[in-house]
Amino acid sequence: MTTTTPPVAAGTQAVDKRSTRVSRVRKRLNTRIATVCAIVIAIVWTIPTFGLFVSSFRPEDQLKTTGWWTFFRDPQFTLQNYQDVLFGQSASSGRLASYFINSLVITVPSVLFPLAFAALAAYALAWINFRGRDWLYIGIFALQIVPLQMALVPLLSFFSRGVSLGGVTLLPAWNLDGAQNFAQVWFAHTCFALPFAVFLLHNFISQLPKDLMEAARVDGATHPRIFRTIVLPLVAPALAAFGIFQFLWVWNDLLVALIFAGGGEGTAPLTVRLAELAGTRGNEWQRLTAGAFVSIVVPLIVFLSLQRYFVRGLLAGSVKG
Amino acid sequence: MEFDFAEQAPKLIMLLWGLVAFAVVIGGLLVLLDAVPAFFARRREARFVAATANGAPPPGRPRSREGLFATFFLLPTVVLLLIGLVVPALRTTLLSFMDGGSQNFVGLDNYRWMFADDSIVRVLLNTLVWVTLVPLVATSIGLLYAVLVDRARLEVVAKSLIFMPMAISFVGASIIWRFVYAYRGQGEEQIGLLNQIMVSLGAEPRQWLLDSPLNTLLLIVIMVWIQAGFAMVVLSAAIKSIPADIVEAARLDGVNPWQMFWQVTLPSIRPALIVVVVTISIATLKVFDIVRTSTNGNYDTSVIANEMYNQAFRYGQNGQGSALAVFLFVLVIPIVIFQIRNLRQQRREG
Repeated sequence: MTTTTPPVAAGTQAVDKRSTRVSRVRKRLNTRIATVCAIVIAIVWTIPTFGLFVSSFRPEDQLKTTGWWTFFRDPQFTLQNYQDVLFGQSASSGRLASYFINSLVITVPSVLFPLAFAALAAYALAWINFRGRDWLYIGIFALQIVPLQMALVPLLSFFSRGVSLGGVTLLPAWNLDGAQNFAQVWFAHTCFALPFAVFLLHNFISQLPKDLMEAARVDGATHPRIFRTIVLPLVAPALAAFGIFQFLWVWNDLLVALIFAGGGEGTAPLTVRLAELAGTRGNEWQRLTAGAFVSIVVPLIVFLSLQRYFVRGLLAGSVKG
Repeated sequence: MEFDFAEQAPKLIMLLWGLVAFAVVIGGLLVLLDAVPAFFARRREARFVAATANGAPPPGRPRSREGLFATFFLLPTVVLLLIGLVVPALRTTLLSFMDGGSQNFVGLDNYRWMFADDSIVRVLLNTLVWVTLVPLVATSIGLLYAVLVDRARLEVVAKSLIFMPMAISFVGASIIWRFVYAYRGQGEEQIGLLNQIMVSLGAEPRQWLLDSPLNTLLLIVIMVWIQAGFAMVVLSAAIKSIPADIVEAARLDGVNPWQMFWQVTLPSIRPALIVVVVTISIATLKVFDIVRTSTNGNYDTSVIANEMYNQAFRYGQNGQGSALAVFLFVLVIPIVIFQIRNLRQQRREG
């Protein structure tokens, strides 16, 4: 447990018996208080999710009239809520299956692009000598603090109207429709992810052994070859760490999706739809509970199965600062 | 009850296009960088052979191509950052001095509006409450829990329980907690846990999310619930990396756990503690999803990021929205400077 008796008793027999007994009682009490505290926190942290989870399997009339804790007295189980919220055809139902696919289509490229671009950039910043390297790194590093709110209005107008300076069109409008709107979301997510991605991967790539790199150079390997055959395999855990990070971020994002994906069933991800349901049908708990779980289940699986990499990335990204 | 897969086809085709684009861009870049220098190397070799055969002086050593490689490796990142972040951020700053339609310059009007309009002052105050309470409470709970479960039985499981909310979206978390706060009229059976507890304690059920300022505090609970796990993981790692001999020496001196915490643990993990507080502060400043999903900023709960979205994307007030975004950025700067100064100090000591 938290405080084991220190293995120093043999060396300090001079201490009189009474005080050891007192301190032992105190220690046990401490341990017990600590355990109780920990359990209380753990319960408070788990109960809300658990309550929602139980509720999502209760029939609508039950769910709306009695608390979820009554389930254990009078268990009534149904999958109807999930059926409705995923595949229901009426406008008021969730139709979440469609949004689920949107989330997937948004997330996969939004993870892959920044991962690849940032790995290339981080390699160049760590192992290629060129003038202004340090300044460029500091610049990218500093961009981490720019809130993405700073970019939203101009970026949206860039997509819809293009960029023109004094009547001359520098970049045309994107003019996307239907499923093409996904490209807009990918672009935005990629841009916003890059500063942190470069920073995190640079932390790992710059710490590869210098001898290894020099040996490869002496053998005549070019930078692309070193990157592919030496660096990528060695930093695979870091790539995984950032991949998970970015996956959770994109899958759970609401703001970027609201602005760049539009609100329709064609492109909007789960989070947008859920926020909408919570706003307009805030008391339809049979839909909200099941819907929330549909959106939670994928990141939860990813997270629990790859937690080790995630934690490693988190520590590298925050503590090395 | 049927699900039409044909309707989903365009999306999946788009995904396929995205993946093809990815393969072409990245693969193309690497192949190009591999093949082109190899081609030049071969040509140079041929020229070298020809030159030695003719008895002419051999061509000089090839110029270093480091710069060329660096350019291509960095090109996508730099271009995307310029288009997606740097230029828009500058433009937002410019827009914040213009009117709603971004046509005329209005000087500092938008900033004056921000501090004069009562509802916006309220928003700023709410943000202040958020950014004071969330880092403090989340870090404290995270630290407490990290200390409590350190080297306990089932430590991994215990940590996962607290850490799990990090995988849940802010939208999902808001729905989870709205269910805890749910209200049924007096006399009816409560479905929300909090009101059930109130009722069983003999109090009246309340509409938690409608009462200001209590509702802001209840939204803050959601953010704390999410962020405590992050604090716990980072601090737990820091605690584990305290050198064992320091801990052992303190034990030999006979310190009790309480003293151990204040005199050994806390000073040793100070750098990690600062990082956690700073990271959570910045995340809290930008909080948007929780407020939007829980109350949509009504009942005096709005915060800067939410108001910025409303002004710019719902009311079409680009100027005022941009001013709020710039203000958000200005608020982040002191936190970052504090962080940098701390890191410097640490390096000097280390």
